[in-house]
Amino acid sequence: MTTLAVPGYLNPQNQINLLELSVEKAIVALVLAFVIVSGEIDLSIASVMGLAAVLLAWLGQRGAPFEVAIVAALLAGALCGLFNGYWVAIVGLPSLAVTLAGLIAYRGVALLLVEDRSIGGFPEWFNRLGQQPLVGPFPLALLILAAFLVIATVLLQFSGFGRYVYVVGSNREVARFSGVRVTRVKLAVFAMSGVVSAFAGVLLAARLGAVRGSTAEGFELDIVTMVLLGGVSIFGGSGSMAGVILSILVILNLRNGLALANATGNTQAGVIGALLILSVLVPNLVAAARSRPRRGRPAAAAAGQSPPVAE
Amino acid sequence: MTGLFRRVRPEQVRELTLVFILVAVAAFFSTQIPNYLSARTFTDISTGLEVIAVVAVGETLVVLTRNIDLSVGSVVGLVAYFVGTLLANNPGLPAPFAIAIAIVIGGALGAINGAIVAFGRVPAVVATLGTLAIYRVALVELSGAKTVTTDSLPKWLLDLPRVSLFSLGDLDVRALVVLAALVVVVFQLVLQYLPYGRRLFAIGSNPEAARVAGLPIQRDVFVAFLLSGALAGLAGFLFLVRFGNITVVAGQGLELQAVAAVVVGGVNIFGGSGSMVGAFLGAALINLLQQSLLRWPAVSAFLQDALLGVLILLAVASDKVILERLRTRWVRARRRDDERAAAAEQAVPGA
Repeated sequence: MTTLAVPGYLNPQNQINLLELSVEKAIVALVLAFVIVSGEIDLSIASVMGLAAVLLAWLGQRGAPFEVAIVAALLAGALCGLFNGYWVAIVGLPSLAVTLAGLIAYRGVALLLVEDRSIGGFPEWFNRLGQQPLVGPFPLALLILAAFLVIATVLLQFSGFGRYVYVVGSNREVARFSGVRVTRVKLAVFAMSGVVSAFAGVLLAARLGAVRGSTAEGFELDIVTMVLLGGVSIFGGSGSMAGVILSILVILNLRNGLALANATGNTQAGVIGALLILSVLVPNLVAAARSRPRRGRPAAAAAGQSPPVAE
Repeated sequence: MTGLFRRVRPEQVRELTLVFILVAVAAFFSTQIPNYLSARTFTDISTGLEVIAVVAVGETLVVLTRNIDLSVGSVVGLVAYFVGTLLANNPGLPAPFAIAIAIVIGGALGAINGAIVAFGRVPAVVATLGTLAIYRVALVELSGAKTVTTDSLPKWLLDLPRVSLFSLGDLDVRALVVLAALVVVVFQLVLQYLPYGRRLFAIGSNPEAARVAGLPIQRDVFVAFLLSGALAGLAGFLFLVRFGNITVVAGQGLELQAVAAVVVGGVNIFGGSGSMVGAFLGAALINLLQQSLLRWPAVSAFLQDALLGVLILLAVASDKVILERLRTRWVRARRRDDERAAAAEQAVPGA
């Protein structure tokens, strides 16, 4: 549709540009897929991105060697992830509540570090990596995304660890009784989520050239949408990396197409919101319509429907 | 000690603890901030509570059924903008009509959520994450990025925040604060005494059992979302009254505060347990901390978000670790009582 409405849309440079603008979100979406398949949710991803970016800039400003600052930012991400994982996997708290607390707290720490200032002045090589093409027309972040696509697909679909993630997500009890170390798998998934989010935050800092306390704020909506639209069930245990990758491309193209057709950023968010609901609603309605012809026993048919509540 | 267990339910332990923490926090800040225990603090905190308390009541209804409503912030913003524009264009509209409009629009938006979740069987997180974005877009499109400004609003609306019903010494009890408190009390009674309220607990604590028992789950969940929307609509009116200036970002992030208040207030995020009074106390604690930290010179005002996150975590963790243990002991104490009573009954005829 957008290819018809906007001339020059399928131009490769345009595709690279639009990927570049959301590459960090796409990277985090890949790791969030692991979390959601394992039956949990991580709402703190965007705050971890922000915290890593801010910590990097803060350390850099204080004269720490920049390589050390990057490592510190990644470590902070890992700590955030392990902290979430500790409360979810070991203490057994609901991940929605834990990572909601994380969303607020990690953002709070970021704000504490920079208050309402904006920190820039990164080293030249760092900015160049973020802002200029590295190989041919591709900037570093896109190459990393490509590498992550491969790694995430292999890890989730073709490795033992990936199988464990599915089993833990579809039935925790069965997983435990069949010898899967549920706690360890969940801890690993949350730690991954933290590190990769921090990494994406560092890439974001390089691309933007300056960060503030609100960097990456609100990204969680887009990232969660990318994963759920890709057919990953919010209840865990099902979904595929291929679906997530397709949905990332669909969302980026949709946003970009809408932008080229002069829709505002908010309208784009609305279209994506509608898409998110419809992607679950339409299959449900189709299934309901299919089961309708058995009109003889309407009560039984109604009773056969699954309850409308989240489990 | 066991006598205490019998009389106080675990949920009430949580509420009493919250009251105790509220008092402790206030006492702490009174030693840190000059003139802290004053009428001004009371007014700041009580008026700051109006919007979030009303939203939290609606959120509690939904969370009790094992669902979540993330669209409330967008509903508050949309309703505040719509009613603000309406009043700016027709200054003659009576106040009750403006409030009714706010509630009806909010209810309609909530009904959309409810229909998608209850009848469309879309998980609530997915559905309301979608409508969060859609309602916000509706606001942007409706407004054309223009804002409602204070000087365009009728005078009665601007005076409303300062109308006080009565005064206790220096403390002015404002009409809107009483309205919010009334909402909390009414819905606490609904939860405790109406069949609808009891059904919400049943649906949230065991959906399968509720279905087998023949409860109208779809209808009840739909109504919970509708009420959550309607209350968010009322909160939208309160938001308009309180701030006057309504931009396209009005109410953004309120959904997080509402969920935080509900969780801190001891409502189980997986449904089935909690109370309106708890949610209200949760909202009060969050508000008290926010307002006090702003005035505390010893630390950066930027500390408040980090602290709020820790508070939520502590609330959830204590619910899991302490309250679950209390609940088991409470059930055991009750059972022992019942056995003793049964034994006493058997003993009486023989004597």
